[in-house]
Amino acid sequence: MANTNFLPLSEFEPTGGYSLMPFRFQRWPDGNVFISNSAGEHLVLSSGDFSKFVKKTLPYTSSAYMGLLARPMLRDGSGDWGYDIYASKWFTKKSFLDGFTKLHIFVTTLRCNQSCPYCQVSRQGEVADCGAFDMSPAVMERSIRFMLASPSNRVTMEFQGGEPLLRFDLLQEAVRKAKELNEKVGKHIDYVLCSNLSILEDRHLDWCRTEGVIISTSLDGPEYLHNKNRPMGNGRPSHEIVTRNIRRAQEALGKHAVSALMTTTRESLLYPTEIVDEYLRMDMGSVFIRELNPYGFAVKSSTVLGYSSDEFFRFYKRVFDHIIQINRAGRTFSESFASIVLTKALTPWTVGFVDLQSPAGAGFGVCVYNHDGEVYVSDEARMLAETGDPTFRLGSVLEDSYEDIFFGEPMQTLAASACSEALPGCSDCAYQPYCGADPVRNYRTQGDPMGIRTGPGGFCRRNKQIIEYLMQLAHTADDDLTRILWAWICQEDVNTAKLPA
Amino acid sequence: MEQVITLRRKVERVSGLSDRLLGRVVYVSQAADHSKDEFLLIRKSDEYVDISQPSRFGAVIVEEGAEHLVPSEVSVPIIIGLPEAERVTAGSVVVVSPNGSVVTLYRPESHSNSIFATGQCNSNCLMCSQPPVDDDIPALIKEHLRLVELIPGEPETLGITGGEPTLLGDGLIRILQTIKSRFSNTQLTMLTNGRAYANNDLVRQVAQAAPSKFVSAIPLYADNPTLHDWIVQAKGAFDQTMHGLYNAARNKLQVEIRVVLHKQTIPRLPALADFIYRTIPFASHIALMGMENMGYVKKNWDQLWIDPIDYAEELIATVRKLYYRGMNVSIYNLPLCVTPTAIRQFARQSISDYKNIYLDECHGCQLIDSCSGLFASSKERHSRGIKRQ
Repeated sequence: MANTNFLPLSEFEPTGGYSLMPFRFQRWPDGNVFISNSAGEHLVLSSGDFSKFVKKTLPYTSSAYMGLLARPMLRDGSGDWGYDIYASKWFTKKSFLDGFTKLHIFVTTLRCNQSCPYCQVSRQGEVADCGAFDMSPAVMERSIRFMLASPSNRVTMEFQGGEPLLRFDLLQEAVRKAKELNEKVGKHIDYVLCSNLSILEDRHLDWCRTEGVIISTSLDGPEYLHNKNRPMGNGRPSHEIVTRNIRRAQEALGKHAVSALMTTTRESLLYPTEIVDEYLRMDMGSVFIRELNPYGFAVKSSTVLGYSSDEFFRFYKRVFDHIIQINRAGRTFSESFASIVLTKALTPWTVGFVDLQSPAGAGFGVCVYNHDGEVYVSDEARMLAETGDPTFRLGSVLEDSYEDIFFGEPMQTLAASACSEALPGCSDCAYQPYCGADPVRNYRTQGDPMGIRTGPGGFCRRNKQIIEYLMQLAHTADDDLTRILWAWICQEDVNTAKLPA
Repeated sequence: MEQVITLRRKVERVSGLSDRLLGRVVYVSQAADHSKDEFLLIRKSDEYVDISQPSRFGAVIVEEGAEHLVPSEVSVPIIIGLPEAERVTAGSVVVVSPNGSVVTLYRPESHSNSIFATGQCNSNCLMCSQPPVDDDIPALIKEHLRLVELIPGEPETLGITGGEPTLLGDGLIRILQTIKSRFSNTQLTMLTNGRAYANNDLVRQVAQAAPSKFVSAIPLYADNPTLHDWIVQAKGAFDQTMHGLYNAARNKLQVEIRVVLHKQTIPRLPALADFIYRTIPFASHIALMGMENMGYVKKNWDQLWIDPIDYAEELIATVRKLYYRGMNVSIYNLPLCVTPTAIRQFARQSISDYKNIYLDECHGCQLIDSCSGLFASSKERHSRGIKRQ
């Protein structure tokens, strides 16, 4: 029955005070404190509120208290709803692990017709011995069977090299064989061709269209930069060829089916806006500002190509500012690293990006089938093996079983260092939920898969600076910028999300 | 410009009726196939009534002023003196009582039909527009099942409301099953506070019984238990509802979140949007609803009333948050003139037709065709921002 003896708010005060849920924090230079939890939820508190929070003196009616409870970073006597929800959120954030290894990289040939000084792959010359550096039919079939043995019902078959188009016949055979063997398995397979597009022919494009293969290429920026970074093996410039062929591929396959990666060299640092403008000129929807990896030829060339993490961060911010201006002016164009970090931080969903996840992408998210039948957890692991260190060699498709390869000694070694939740320097970092672990890089640069964050390699310093920058940006963004960042996250047109004044 | 439709009527005289009785209204001109399910409605405009076997109807209802048309020999209950009979369309389902009340339960021409499950509730919200009343739930369950049987043809939409429908327990499950068996394609919306959904067994039964297009519309008034529990005047309500929402998701039941906009919900509204997105991202729809000035609202007026034009900033911020995040958000019950232009595209004509009015100021407004108008209860007290556009 109606009861109009309404109780006052004070009657609903939680009893027994509150306790702290696990959280990590980072003090910002502006005095605010950034707090996050493993579900990726975060909150920015004033230093005063933060201090009250940890001393357990926040009043239950304060906005800080309510914000902390909602995430939940504190628990009070109001029931156990928070635990269930926390578990679901955390579970959702780790759901990229469902199905285990999803990205299967096939090195069908190690030969290449370009001679990029930063190449992280131990490429061979274009005319090197085909038998020695191309994938044999037996290795190909066995590798495909491994891919199809993966628990995931959706896998990506990615062709890398070398330059895969030097042996187009192998690509045709690989896709044909994959489709044939998959008939009984029934997985969804996405096909990606990573090519420098220097020898693109119409029949290649016809094949891509027919078989549903999308193209990932490399574009480092405008002509003078790209030619310097990515010369042809014969010393000729490559920019004119790659841009012409990007256009051809866009026309043949649609713009969505052609993407490009850029690698930042010391020279690139001089051209933040020019690089972006080149991507715009080529009608690309995004650019991924990638740091040079400390591997392969890049290490040998580091005196010429290298730069510090701080220099890279300054460059990144200049690129980012320029991109924001472009979006504010009404053109949708995103920076892919930012999109990944923002999706991790601002949404309840997961992101499967093998270079920035915990457990690490290596082995758990990606594996590499080399032309000679060896299986590695990543490109980097293959490089290590070729310099005589087989630590992250998983085995051979010709000799080992699926279990040997994916649950053997190298994967155990990797797993022990693959979770940033448990790594010194990461476990208490406020940006841990948005970052990742890279045991192979740690091993390569520090001789230890766990490594220390302040050691060489730059993974921590670079990521931490950029993630913090993005969090501060999102926190202080005006409505226009907020709309842009969400359009990137939701992969929408920035103009679609615009509301009337 | 009042358009309110009366659902409850009182007649002068009833005979032959010992208990409440439900039936589907049929007009004299259409009364070829008599059935006990049907109540024959005799209107003033009927010039001549030739009903050879009036006893084959469930009852006979006679409009005020049409008494002279009643056949002399009627052996079924007869309800005499119905006012405004032209508003009771053929195919409507009504319930008649020995005390002379005639209540329309279902109108075929309306999109606002709801089964009023019970007047009882386990919460006691500060802004309840329909304060709880005691009633006889077992008897109501029988009537609801009968109502579902009597509805002519498959309705596009149907609601279940209250009170709190989950208080019907097994009765609710039976009602859902009956609806599902009769109307496979009806969009069924149940307004529930979701507290009983904390019991996963109930949610599983609901999920099995409900038709395929079924949504549970569940209110959430804050991103934290203290404020929510105070607003609904029930300790532990937030805890139960949150468990309930997750049980619904677990059982693949569609949920929408409803928020009533008033002085106590506005300050945390943008924070609630964040909470919904991070914690209930599976909500298929979020309705931000202007308050209906009925029931307890009148008593708690000072504590609740905030003019919509004074919460424009919070409302814009909230709608933007949800919209940017790809959530499906609507604004209910706010006339367009008090809805900021930036978010007018989210405003819906949400007020049930039988209690929907427009004011004199609305006359000649160019937005009237797409405007929600007002609740009849807002005729006297409403936003100072209302003006012709």
